[in-house]
Amino acid sequence: MHVPDGFIDAPVSLATGALAATAVATALRGARRELDDRAAPLAGLVAAFVFAVQMLNFPVAAGTSGHLLGGALAAILVGPYTAVLCISVVLLMQGVLFADGGLTALGVNITDMGVVTTLVAYGTFRVLLTLLPRRRPSVTAASFVAALVSVPAAACAFTLIYALGGTTDVPLGKVFTAMVGVHVLIGVGEAVITALTVGAVIAVRPDLVHGARGLVRPLELRTVVAGQAAPTPGPTPVPVRRSTRRVWAAGLLAALVCAGGVSYYASTSPDGLEKVAHDKGLDRKAEEHAAKGSPLADYQVADVSDARISGGLAGVIGVGATLAAGTGVLLVVRRRRAHPAPPAAEAPAEAPATGSV
Amino acid sequence: MGAGHGSGTAHRLYRPGRSPVHALPPHCKLLAVLSFVLVVVSTPRTAVWAFALYAALLAAVAATARIPAAVLLRRLLIEVPFVAFAVLMPFVATGDRVRVLGLSLSEPGLWGAWNVLAKGTLGVAASVVLAATTELRALLLGLQRLRLPPLLVQIASFMIRYGDVVADELRRMRVARASRGFRARGVRQWGVLARTAGTLFIRAYERGERVHLAMVSRGYAGAVPVIDEVTASRAQWGQAVALPLVALVVCAGGWAYAAG
Repeated sequence: MHVPDGFIDAPVSLATGALAATAVATALRGARRELDDRAAPLAGLVAAFVFAVQMLNFPVAAGTSGHLLGGALAAILVGPYTAVLCISVVLLMQGVLFADGGLTALGVNITDMGVVTTLVAYGTFRVLLTLLPRRRPSVTAASFVAALVSVPAAACAFTLIYALGGTTDVPLGKVFTAMVGVHVLIGVGEAVITALTVGAVIAVRPDLVHGARGLVRPLELRTVVAGQAAPTPGPTPVPVRRSTRRVWAAGLLAALVCAGGVSYYASTSPDGLEKVAHDKGLDRKAEEHAAKGSPLADYQVADVSDARISGGLAGVIGVGATLAAGTGVLLVVRRRRAHPAPPAAEAPAEAPATGSV
Repeated sequence: MGAGHGSGTAHRLYRPGRSPVHALPPHCKLLAVLSFVLVVVSTPRTAVWAFALYAALLAAVAATARIPAAVLLRRLLIEVPFVAFAVLMPFVATGDRVRVLGLSLSEPGLWGAWNVLAKGTLGVAASVVLAATTELRALLLGLQRLRLPPLLVQIASFMIRYGDVVADELRRMRVARASRGFRARGVRQWGVLARTAGTLFIRAYERGERVHLAMVSRGYAGAVPVIDEVTASRAQWGQAVALPLVALVVCAGGWAYAAG
């Protein structure tokens, strides 16, 4: 997605250049806080890592392969400031040395691939981490979603920049569809690889993963007094299993309130894009959605006359259905995990995964 | 990619030489290339002859620097993905249609494709000439002289210094995987490749910590002293500015042509 020279006109290139410079300046200050005087060597090595990992090709199918973009991965592993800095340095070096991406388009490239990707990924990651239970699988799941969202977000940002300063009149709808369509596919690959990579690092050095800092208990010093022959075992530290039931209940309640309440108050007029499409007659050719006849089509419950109540009800039912589907998947996964472990004696060895140091 | 030891920052992109272009101070060259590309980008696309003149200018610079045309052309291949994109443009853009070889193409789309191709190629060629005539370390010093924050320059120099080391580490892991019978065929092998990436991250990060400790034990306190400060004489500035100045004249001609 490296933008070449001449793709975006000069004023917008300069404006995005100023934006990128501001972002990099902020990131410099933030990275000094994140890494103090280790910033230069560590960020440099992480930039080298991002540069190398972009060379790692992942076979997709039938001879085609893709490579990692690394924005989400860097943000989760080393924190947002350092990540913005590393990706910007990689892009700068690619532009100056390898002529990959134009010099005048450097601002566009840094804004798009460095800043937007990283910020969207890290924001999503943080939000998800506060919602999910504080365990390691949550970190992996959150990084999956963060990477999945970040790539199409960059495509959207590109479309926006193109709308402001594109040099060719390709209809925006087409640019948007093509960019986002392709990048949703890329995003799926990016998400799987990012989640697996974060999982691999967490398994070995959880202390290195910036996004998982709260999860690791700091090491504690235990001293044995020499005079005692046998240190009394004392109350054995039973791994405290935090009940997730309360989190579940709170999440469910919040989702129901949001879906029901917010949809109740939300405007019943069609959203912006639908409206534009309708006004311009663009949707004349749009095919009827396959689920048009379903009782929840267009987020309205059939046979309920009041539009608002109907919308709210549809939201609640939607949350319920999503929850049921999600729980089903969870149960299946749990059962599959429990199934291939017949020697039950070994199971406790895995159990205190939450409290491992 | 033999990352240089000792005398070091020689890189496969740099072609050593003694030409006047090589001798120019790096910050002059950086500024010249940047302003040249800016001038090219702001030229109206209908002035086709202007782009031919720009290409001739760049070719003259490359000839002065004694860069073989084959090398230059081979390094231009990096922009192939955009060529593919530019080829698509005439098909998807709106506007008047013209018939070329039995295909209905959009006229603004054709102009757009020409625009991206011409400006993109010139930009890539200018960067290639810069990278071929300037040592990496000098390039970074030039960036620092152009007021790029020192921390950013330090990060960039560490990235350049250890980029090959980390890439070599990746290569060794690939050899190790392959010698154990691993072949990446499809999605099922992603787990192994992701673990490779994870290991690579841990190794890169730990190497960063070791490098930092080694530097601290040698008196590093957050800044790297610059011992090879470069300054530019007035004559050197004159030589460097010649390229964008001529380009600016061509650009003005192009605007006059487009206006009337």
